[in-house]
Amino acid sequence: MGETPASLKKTPLHALHLECGGKMVPFAGYEMPVQFKGILAEHTQVREAAGLFDVSHMGQAFIIGPDHETSARFLETLVPSDIVGLAPGGMRYSMLLNDEGGILDDLMITRAGSEEYAGWIYIVVNAACKDADFAHINAHLPGGLELDIADSKALLALQGPKAVEVLSKLAPEVADLSFMNGRRMEVVGIEGCIVSRSGYTGEDGFEISVPGDQAEALARALLDSPDVEPIGLGARDSLRLEAGLCLYGHDIDESTTPVEAALTWAIGKRRREEGGFPGAEKILDQIANGAPRKRVGLVLGTRAPAREGTVILNETGDEIGEVTSGTFGPSVGAPVAMGYVAAEYAKLDTPVGLDVRGKVRSARVAKMPFIQKRYEK
Amino acid sequence: MTVKYTEDHEWARVEGGEATVGISPYAAEQLGDVVYVELPEVGKTFKAGDEAATVESVKAASEVYAPVSGEIIAVNDALEGNPALVNESADGDGWFFKIKLADEGELAKLMNEAAYKDFVAGLE
Repeated sequence: MGETPASLKKTPLHALHLECGGKMVPFAGYEMPVQFKGILAEHTQVREAAGLFDVSHMGQAFIIGPDHETSARFLETLVPSDIVGLAPGGMRYSMLLNDEGGILDDLMITRAGSEEYAGWIYIVVNAACKDADFAHINAHLPGGLELDIADSKALLALQGPKAVEVLSKLAPEVADLSFMNGRRMEVVGIEGCIVSRSGYTGEDGFEISVPGDQAEALARALLDSPDVEPIGLGARDSLRLEAGLCLYGHDIDESTTPVEAALTWAIGKRRREEGGFPGAEKILDQIANGAPRKRVGLVLGTRAPAREGTVILNETGDEIGEVTSGTFGPSVGAPVAMGYVAAEYAKLDTPVGLDVRGKVRSARVAKMPFIQKRYEK
Repeated sequence: MTVKYTEDHEWARVEGGEATVGISPYAAEQLGDVVYVELPEVGKTFKAGDEAATVESVKAASEVYAPVSGEIIAVNDALEGNPALVNESADGDGWFFKIKLADEGELAKLMNEAAYKDFVAGLE
């Protein structure tokens, strides 16, 4: 709202999106494609073949220190995951936390794979949070370490069961990458790419960091495959929701802790024992004694989707929580949602009511992901 | 038979004191893939401008307003099993409901096809 097109930033693929018929909308300060052919068709394309996403609006940076241990120890003062213990090329999902244990942002953290880049940690943060995240990291950065913001790089995601076949024709090495691993490599002759086997769809796939001025060439090479279609933000949202993955600013924010958000799995065993991350006291207490509320999946008994903000009721009609994301799940063939409920209602199959525009619809707490994840471990 | 349009992008095809109501192809295009339609009950009465139905796309929910006052005499049950009809044939098989006109004078307040085309052109 209130963003004029002139004030919106463009990614290096902007012209290509227009050429592909992308319907452009403002998103996190950028003009981004919300859809190309249509959300349902794009969603199915990713589940059945492969889709190409432009996620260049996301924030990419490197934490650079003398060795991995030093860089990782620093990052561990800001996030609750085990970063020191990452193997070379290993990738981890984590969260920047505030002193109350609230989530400032969620991010992907990758340890450099080669000796040449020892001490480098690659991070990818959300577009809407990136300026604040980088300021936060800089404010805590000790001497001898550096934050290098890679804002000249673009980021592409190739997702779907055909992704590995398509990308290995352009970069044969990717076939050997296991899930949640990344490394530097050349892709179609473009040097300085970082390719990780990861994504936000519940499918196998890759995220490719590429110099901005080469991004269009790479995107065209990928789109040349008959198995690849461009995918917009609309399908990105329905795909990640079916996969049970959080969207920052909706499902998680500064008011939610990792335990409430059902992201306790991202907190390393050693970190639970040692603490030493922001909000550790509160978070460790919630791990031991339970959190007052919990993020859960919800499946509905009707075809009417429950949207963000829908009030969740117990069987006697008392308010017990709120939906934070909801849509029609094209692969599930039914509406899917996630939201927070008071802890006593978080058990699987608990019947709840959803107040969808004045009508109470029956729903139940359901396991996430809503679809079978198909990436390779 | 005349077809009239509202500024909220409903159309009403009027024949013999009844109007068949749907949303325009422009509105369907803007909504994107429709996944659910909630229709009114037959026998219910609405005033012009009342919320009579809801259409849900993958993106969002939108209200469909009664373009004219009257009683609902039929609804398009086919939309229940196949909501995509709204995208495939917004001005045909994707109709929502039929309403018995309470006041034919209300039709004069609605746009004809040429006026609606101009209205939509002004939005783009």
